[in-house]
Amino acid sequence: MRGAASPAIHTQDLAKRYGKTVALRALTMTVERGEVFGFLGPNGAGKTTAVKLLLGLAKPTGGEAWILGAPLGDLATRRRIGYLPELFRYQSWLRARDVLALHCALARIRRDRWRGEIDAALATVGLADRADDRIGTFSKGMQQRLGLGVALLGTPDLVLLDEPTSALDPVGRRDVREIIAGLKSRGVTVFLNSHLLTEVERVCDRVAIVDKGAVVAEGRVADIGAGAGVRVHVTDLADAERAALARFGPLETSGEWLRVRGLTDGAIPDLVAEIVRRGGRVHAVHPERATLEDRFLALLGEEKPS
Amino acid sequence: MIPTIAILTIREALNRRILAALVGLTLLVVAATAWGFAKVAELSSNQNVSTVTLSLLTSQLLVMVMFMFSFVLGMTAVFVASPAIAGDIESGVALSILARPIRRAELLLGKWLGNAIVLVVYAIAGGALELGVVRATTGYVPPEPVAFLLYLAAETVIGVTLAILLSTFIAPMAGGAIAVVCFGLVWIAGIAGSIGELLNNETLVRVGVVTRLLLPTDGLWRGAVFSLEPVAVLASAGRASALLGNPFLANGAPTTPFLVWCGVWVVAVLAGAMLVFRAREV
Repeated sequence: MRGAASPAIHTQDLAKRYGKTVALRALTMTVERGEVFGFLGPNGAGKTTAVKLLLGLAKPTGGEAWILGAPLGDLATRRRIGYLPELFRYQSWLRARDVLALHCALARIRRDRWRGEIDAALATVGLADRADDRIGTFSKGMQQRLGLGVALLGTPDLVLLDEPTSALDPVGRRDVREIIAGLKSRGVTVFLNSHLLTEVERVCDRVAIVDKGAVVAEGRVADIGAGAGVRVHVTDLADAERAALARFGPLETSGEWLRVRGLTDGAIPDLVAEIVRRGGRVHAVHPERATLEDRFLALLGEEKPS
Repeated sequence: MIPTIAILTIREALNRRILAALVGLTLLVVAATAWGFAKVAELSSNQNVSTVTLSLLTSQLLVMVMFMFSFVLGMTAVFVASPAIAGDIESGVALSILARPIRRAELLLGKWLGNAIVLVVYAIAGGALELGVVRATTGYVPPEPVAFLLYLAAETVIGVTLAILLSTFIAPMAGGAIAVVCFGLVWIAGIAGSIGELLNNETLVRVGVVTRLLLPTDGLWRGAVFSLEPVAVLASAGRASALLGNPFLANGAPTTPFLVWCGVWVVAVLAGAMLVFRAREV
């Protein structure tokens, strides 16, 4: 697992129990280097527990995990990790600049680089004009921005963000998306813990959906959301001809309705033309669009409210 | 990493209202006692009381004032230091710190060191100020002022260490309250031990010895009292052994093995605190 080629995060049946309560049942997932990975799940699914285990803030009760190629708890590896906790609190009596300086020291960043690091972090999270104000005077949103700045110090290889937009307004959320895009362009791996599906859909390359302490789906956002397809009311199509349509995607037949999954928008006219060419008569075409939210709710066994 | 945390802890303590309030109150008390000692000196000179008698009177008053100060010091040590770990875990500040390349032992030792420095400085400055005031008003200087301040400082370190241990597994206020109860129990057990010596009751003596070893604050306080007592008081106390149970009197300085034990105690309790904190989840 060691070495630059190792995944940014790899877990194998990682588990955590608190007494009889199972916080994480058996988490198995891989986050590749340089990708933006969304870790999705409802409240209480075990997302924050997973992050705490990865950072050594809590000890697993089962399974194994490696972070940047090193086993959990490796001190040197933590120099290359940035972390924004879900519960972001910083010393209220310190100035924003002091908090960043403290974390420069804790991250063992060379002293002559502090000023540049601090100024860059403040500028990135939009707090340059509040650098000398006490944290006690900051709104929640500003504290979360500061936390994000703390996570960016020292050009980390991996940044773990636990619900990074929970206290932010729409402008703040857009800023966070841009910051994540910036990290990705620099090759930084981002592990984004969130239950805000639209956010995740916009910024993540891949996602894992967790529920009740285990991954229920993992893959590219496009694939996970790819319930997208089409339902076609077809008659007069021979079984053999029908089977030939499988090249468009997985087929499901229900009476006279044919469902083709994983179809891109542009392929629908081609599909219809093909059905007609093979002798079928098309009575209706219903395109289906599944968002990450649909898939999420389906996996969690809940209906989307109408 | 320990100095970074220690400096942060010192800055935090200096920013907290509790310390500012205590310094203010201490100055107020010092001013009040200055007035009191000046009054004693004035009355003595009016009534032609001998210098020896004035010294004796002053020494006993000073012991009582310092007993109060030592009690305040114990409370301060506990309430300033008890949120050290627990407070940061409760508030969430610990999350971002412990995710950094820092060992938990480093965080704990940094917190201990920072709190110990602040409180020892407070103890020595407060104690020295009071001794200075007494000297200025009455001309009296206790036999061992430096030893007295060192015992006071050692007592403070014990208090901080106990508070740090408690803060690794108990909420800040609860930890503070428990530590205060411990101090009180040890103080009473110390008196019980002295009474046991007087009555030749081995059980009571053992209670005194064991509690003094479990939490050495009372033993150190007796060292502090001893270094404040003029020879004349010690001589009369030796004759009147009934005074042995009195917390305002000590018939001897703490032994070297006891002082060594105090050092061992601090190291052992810190080691225990590290073990507890290492297993703690944040």
